[in-house]
This record gives sequence, C-alpha cells and structure tokens, in this order.
Amino acid sequence: MTARVGVVTFPGTLDDRDTQRAVRIAGLEPVPLWHRDKDLHQVDAVVLPGGFSYGDYLRAGAISRFSPVMETVIEQAKGGLPVLGICNGFQVLTETHLLPGAMLRNNHLHFICRDQKLRVENADTAWTADYEAGQEISVPLKNIDGRYVADERTLDELEAEGRVVFRYLDGNPNGSLRDIAGITNAAGNVVGLMPHPEHAVEPLIGTGRTDGLGFFTSILKKLVTS
Amino acid sequence: MTLDTVKHANETPDVEQPWAELGLKQDEYERIRAILGRRPTGAELAMYSVMWSEHCSYKSSKVHLRQFGEKAPENDALLVGIGENAGVVDVGQGYAVTFKVESHNHPSYIEPYQGAATGVGGIVRDILAMGARPVAVMDPLRFGAADHPDTKRVLPGVVAGIGGYGNCLGLPNIGGEVVFDPCYQGNPLVNALCVGVMKHEDIHLAKASGTGNKVVLYGARTGGDGIGGVSVLASETFDSTGPAKRPAVQVGDPFQEKLLIECTLELFREDLVEGIQDLGGAGLSCATSELASAGSGGMRVELDTVPLRDATLSPEEILMSESQERMCAIVEPGKIDRFLEICEKWDVIATVIGEVTDGERLEIFWHGEQIVDVPPRTVAHEGPVYERPYARPEWQDALQADGADKLPRPETAEELRAQVLKVVASPNQASKSWITGQYDRFVQGNTVLAQPEDSGMVRIDEETGLGVAVATDGNGRYAKLDPYAGAQLALAESYRNVAATGARPLAISNCLNFGSPEDPGVMWQFAEATRGLADGCLELGTPVTGGNVSLYNQTGETAIHPTPVVAVLGVIDDVARRTPMAFAEEGQLLYLLGDTRDELGGSAWSQVIHDHLGGLPPAVDLGREKLLAEILISASRDGMVDAAHDLSDGGLVQAVVESCLRGGKGARLVVPDGLDAFTFLFSESAGRAVVSVPRSEELRFTDMCGARGLPATRVGVVDGDSVEVQGHFTLPLAELREAHEGTLPALFG
Repeated sequence: MTARVGVVTFPGTLDDRDTQRAVRIAGLEPVPLWHRDKDLHQVDAVVLPGGFSYGDYLRAGAISRFSPVMETVIEQAKGGLPVLGICNGFQVLTETHLLPGAMLRNNHLHFICRDQKLRVENADTAWTADYEAGQEISVPLKNIDGRYVADERTLDELEAEGRVVFRYLDGNPNGSLRDIAGITNAAGNVVGLMPHPEHAVEPLIGTGRTDGLGFFTSILKKLVTS
Repeated sequence: MTLDTVKHANETPDVEQPWAELGLKQDEYERIRAILGRRPTGAELAMYSVMWSEHCSYKSSKVHLRQFGEKAPENDALLVGIGENAGVVDVGQGYAVTFKVESHNHPSYIEPYQGAATGVGGIVRDILAMGARPVAVMDPLRFGAADHPDTKRVLPGVVAGIGGYGNCLGLPNIGGEVVFDPCYQGNPLVNALCVGVMKHEDIHLAKASGTGNKVVLYGARTGGDGIGGVSVLASETFDSTGPAKRPAVQVGDPFQEKLLIECTLELFREDLVEGIQDLGGAGLSCATSELASAGSGGMRVELDTVPLRDATLSPEEILMSESQERMCAIVEPGKIDRFLEICEKWDVIATVIGEVTDGERLEIFWHGEQIVDVPPRTVAHEGPVYERPYARPEWQDALQADGADKLPRPETAEELRAQVLKVVASPNQASKSWITGQYDRFVQGNTVLAQPEDSGMVRIDEETGLGVAVATDGNGRYAKLDPYAGAQLALAESYRNVAATGARPLAISNCLNFGSPEDPGVMWQFAEATRGLADGCLELGTPVTGGNVSLYNQTGETAIHPTPVVAVLGVIDDVARRTPMAFAEEGQLLYLLGDTRDELGGSAWSQVIHDHLGGLPPAVDLGREKLLAEILISASRDGMVDAAHDLSDGGLVQAVVESCLRGGKGARLVVPDGLDAFTFLFSESAGRAVVSVPRSEELRFTDMCGARGLPATRVGVVDGDSVEVQGHFTLPLAELREAHEGTLPALFG
C-alpha cells in the first residue's frame, strides 16, 4: 500500500494533471481534489499546483484561499498535513498565511519561462528530505508574479530558522529578495516554491532532467516510513 | 425606435439601407434582395454583410483554394478535410490530431496585446470544437524593421498578448517564427496555430441536426466588443440611446477560455453534444447560419435570451458581436439537464437560445417578433465568388533579373568572418529566446522539443511514446521573387523541419497572407502561390487539411511580400527516438546532406550585407526533399545520428552556429572540394540538412545515403569551443553567443 497525495484543481489551475503524473511516477497514488469540495478524501499529503486560479483576479491566490477545499487544507496543515505549493500554489499559501511574505510582479515585468538552477538550502522538510543540503538542481521556472518579498524581520527570521528551502543560482530571475525561490513553515510540513519540480520528472520531457522527482520521492519516504 | 422586423421590411420595401457602409457592393445587395424576395431587415443585412465579407466568405480566394481539394494526394490519414473548423488526421493507435493556423493580422496592428491574445483564443476554440483537447500552440509572426520605433510598440504587445493568453490556458508554446522586414511595417502578421488530440470516435462536427434538439449558447456573456462596421447599422436604425462605442478589437479573458476548454471536454466525455461550433468572426451570425446550413433542418433562435454584458445592445449588434470565449452546441432535449449541470460545475453560463426545426429557414426572433428569416446556406456557404483579374506584375522581370550574383562577396578571410558574425547577429537570424522565453513551453508535461528546435514535438501517449511534431515556415522574400517557388520552398522547409526531428510528415495547414486582391499583381501572386502549394502537396503526398487566407495586408499602394506560411504536421512512433538539433558530443562527425549550389537570391546574406532583394530563390526539388526526409527519419529511427538541423535562411554557417550554441560545443569545418568558402557557408540551396554522426555509425549512415542516392559530404567534426572554418577563420563560441543572443534584448529590453 502506498500513500495518497491529493492534487487540488481550482478553476484556472493548469498543472494539475502534470502534478498527478509526477506523483504517480514517484510511486504514489494521486487523488484529484475539487475546489468546491471540503472533503480531502483521507489523503496523506496535498499539492497545490501551478496555474492562474480564478484568473489571478484581484491578486494571484487571493480568491483561492477562500475556496471550500482550502478551509480544510489550512486546518489540517496546521495539524501537520504535508502541503506543497508550486508557483500559483505558493502564492495561495502566502495568501493563507501558512507561509509568510508575498509575491509581486517580476522586476522586469515579463513572463519568464526558463530552466532555472536552484540550491537546496534545507533538506529536512517533508518535501526535500531526498535531497542533500547544498545540492544544486535545475527545474523549469515559469511565471509573471514570482518576486518573493517580505519585511526585513521576516526575512531574517526565515534565514535564522533555516526556513529558506531554495535559492536561485546563476542569476535571480525576478528580483526575489535574498534570491529566495522557496520557503517552509516552522514545522517543515508546508513548503512553497515558484519553480516547477513536477515538470522535471521524466527524461526526454521538458528539460530532459529529472531533478524535480526528489520532491515526490521525499514525501513518499516520509509517508511510508512514518 | 422601431424594430426592423421581417413584417416591417415587407411593408417598407423602399427604405434606404447602409449596405455600402457595411462593405457590401451594389450587386451583392441586389442579390440579397433577390434571395429574400424583399429588402433584408437590418439584422439580415448585418448577417449577410459580415458573412459575405472577404474574411468569412473567401470570395476572392475560393476559386484558387479549390485546387487544394482537386489536387489532394491520396492519403488515408485524412479523417476530416477542408471546410470544417479544422482538418483531422489519423496518427495511429486510435488517435486523431487536428491542427490549424489562422491569422489575426489587422487587429494586432491596431491593438497588439488584445489582437494577438484573441488570435490565440480563436484558434484554440476551433480546435476544441472538433472534439479535441488542445495540446500545443505556436505563432508565426512578421514585424516591420526591428529598429523601427513602431516595431517597439507592436512586437512587445503582441508577444505579451500571446503569452498572457496562451500561458493562462495551460498550452505549451512549442515553436513558430519571428521575421522582420520593412514590408510588414504597417501590416504585421500575427498567425496562430493550435494542435489538438482526440480519439477517432471523439470527432465532432459543426452541424445542427435532429428536429427539436436545443441550441445552447455557453461561455462568456455577449458584449459590445468586436462589432466593428455593424455599429454603422445600429446608428442608422436606432437613436442615441444605444450603447457607448466599444473597441472594434475584441477583448479576451483567458481564464474564461480555460474554463470553457475543461467544461467542453467534459461535455464531450459524457457524449452530450450533437453538433458544435465556436463563436469567432461574425459571432452568432456565423455560428447559427453555419450550424443550420450544415445540418438537415432549419433553426429558430430567440435572440433576446442571449445573456448580455450590456443590456442596451441592439439585436443587430448581438448577432454581430465578436465577444470572445463563447461556444454554441446542439444538444438533445433529454441531455439538456446534464449539459447545464456540467456548465454550472465549471462556472460557465449556459443558455438555451433556440432549437432545430424541421423547416429549411434560419429564423431569429426578438421578443416574439421575427427579425430574420433566411435560407441559412445563402448566408454561410453560398456567398459571392469572384474571379478577380490577375496579371504578372510588370516589375517582376526586372526584379528577377537583378540577381544576387552581382553583389560583391567577401574577398578576405577577415571579411568573411565579419560577415558571418553580422549575419548570425542580424534580427532575423538572431536567437528569438527573448520572445519565446515569455511563453510557457513546459505545461502539460509532454513537451519533447520546443523552440529553437527544428520542429515542436509533444508526446500524445505516455505508454507508447507516440508523438506529433509541427513546424511552420514561410519566406516572403523568396515568394516575392517567385510566388510559385516561394510557396513550395515554405512547404519544403516546414516538411524538412519536421523530418529533421525524426517525425514523418503527414499533412499541412496554411495561412496565406497577401495584399489586396483588387490589385491584379497581388492576385497573381496569390494564384501562383496557391498553385505552387497545391502542386507541392500533391508531389509530397501531404494533403492540405485547412487553413486561412488573410488579404488586404497592405498600406496604401504597397503590399506586403506575399507570405504563404505553411505548417506541416508529422507523427513519430516513439518520442524517445526524436533527433534534437544540438551538437553535444565531441568527436562526432558533421555531414552535409544534399547539394550546395551558388544560390544567394533572396538570401539572408543578401539582405543583411547588401540590403538587396532580387534574382531567383533557390531551386525547388521536391523529389530530393522527400529523399532527404526519408534519410533523416531512418537515421532517427535506427539511431544513426545524434543531432540534425535543417539548412535554410543563413545557410550552413547559420545552422552550424545554432547547433553549436545549443549544445555548448564548437565545430571544426572543412570547405569541401568544388566549393568556395563563401558559397559553402552562405548558400541557401534547398533540400539540405547537417547531421552529427557518432563515429561508430559513420559507415552505416554513409552506406545508407549512398544506396539511396543522397549526397552526404563530411564537412567537419564537433570539437572545441569555437566554430572554425579551417584555413579561413575561427569564431569563439562566446563571441558567437554574444552576437546571436544579444540582439533582441538590446532592441526590445
């Protein structure tokens, strides 16, 4: 028996099917979750995939946080449910305050799509345990609102507590403060990042690298051994 | 304010109508009166005027486009041909693929962001309406001079619009082209292509059949955008209480379109759709008349049930509105409840606006009063057809006589080196990643190859690895020199690009961008190009599945270069066997396939170095293209080459530089016997490719080429970190990269 990972679909979510595929490739069972349904169907972890949920109207993630499914996700995340937010999912997590800070428009004002090098700064979270601290990986990045910001005190806290999980290497693609690409909550069960690990899980497809698979094997190991 | 009903039209036969302002000719107006046996109502006049426009009726191009059907090659793969929303091709394993390229040129000049965005939206709905899940898009673009101030307005807007809309739909953008030429200054070309995938049994057609079946309009509310010329009519018929003027260019909402896609696919999955049509140009007029015309009965529509964004819209305006993100479906009465339920699930507004009748008329009512009563075929499919006069322009001979052979060529190695650097850095030959980097190429997780690869390739079956490849090409400079050959060269290049990645070319779509059909010289270009393309498709065995014609691309008396853009679709049994373009392995041998002749007419070199256009384009040999494609496909299938790149504008040196930069490896080239360095590097002879062959495969590969009679010349080796032409010059990769990749960011920031 393997673990079940819920993948939420909001109206305007784009990478839900890709995320389900990545979950399956890692040996987990993907469970589609619908935004109007509060029931998480006994999943062991949840991924909020990328896209433009609710058209990014008002602000990226601002409306999704009020959707019925998020009520349960927020509640259970506080109780330790592993949650990964990718791109728009990360934006949703900051809007819910499960993670601190916010995402602004890229400093160059363009959508950017490229293969992005990252350094894994924290390999102790639920979603990064299969990496090593300091490891360099490359996964696709694609967004227009990807500039991570927070006040100085929050940034210092994140740094001091080791909660910066990923940092951009070889050029900051969007003006994110302190080159931050991804962060975690204090408990390490909630992780959000702008780049897309689910697009780097198969050779031949996308960039041809499988550097993103570790997110999903990390959670597999955590769920199956715990 | 009087409603111009059918009754009213009968009673007032002599009312003056604004047919000329709506773009109709006197004889066309008379013909409408003859068809109806009375004067048309305002609503009818509006419908005929848009449906008989050049854009919807193809009245100037039809007589030439017929060749695509008449000369169609025997091809079992074609499941749905020309005439539907898009053609459908069998790609094996039970899958069918639909694809089409369309233009959104004029709106994109007026309002670059929305023009380009709604161009993407429109083509995606065409593909969706066939029953397919859209899986990829690509955009062939043409702009004025790269350094012209207006290009700085148009290009960034167009690129942001394509990205803003396409990225939000979750469709990978996997290729396309960007070409600059002053001839496009007042008429940029924004063509958009979409590919969709379905199972054979999922194919849907645009027809309304089955008396009593419901007509459902679903998607966005109808607003006053994109009405264009019809507002003339509104202002004639109604007083000043009408709606405020809205932009003639439609405004897109990609979020709504994404919901429409997912909602429609779920409707198909539950088999709730009898017939379906998207709303594009001419809006409801087009959708209702085309559905009714293609079906077995008539149709009755209650126009006042259409959900509106602006309650003051007149019935004429509702019929004409080109508001985006709308679809029209024919649904059996017993399935309506489930249909509406699924629409509600996706937050998509759906309204029953009418039903299929057993009559033969399209009848439209406004609050119970009849405002339209027409035979739908006369609106949708039996519009006027013109045999426009055409004649070879008198300047054509002089243009062809002014050959590139008279242009001074580089005399020293130093000069040759400088010209190579200048060509690869020129806007047309430079890297386009500043543009394509603003498009999501990864979404859906099936992208195998994307720009700058020779063709875009997506996997369509995860188990078997079945995939499709698409390339688009079109060289307006070649077509200006010889439209017949130019169209065939576009076809040949696109065909070659697909084969270079290892896929087997199956079928084509095209977007024919020309000047005014009222100019006999332009009409001659159009006639020649369509004839060339039809003949070429017959010879290559790739049928035309559909496409689009864009005329009147001209500023004053000056037309754009004739620009037939050809999209070739290919299939590959297993994407694991695809051939990329990057030279990535040191020591591999570079082979030039095909014959290199002294052919510089219309070349990138003649444009960049001499700002010259004259002579004849490269000779076309479609038999050779076919052979080259067979070799490239065999080599891919049997693992004989690790990289391949087609040779086209910029010649061999351009191809080698691109493949080296892509792979991060250099190359040492040797000029083969019988060629001078200049011709070797810059000639644009067609039917050629360069391949990178592992040493272990060299014999097998050259034996295969020899046995099949394809010239294969060893021209170098992958090596080092520069491109060296032995005995002539060396260009470090770093210098090449800076030149090739720095141009567009410097121009557009």
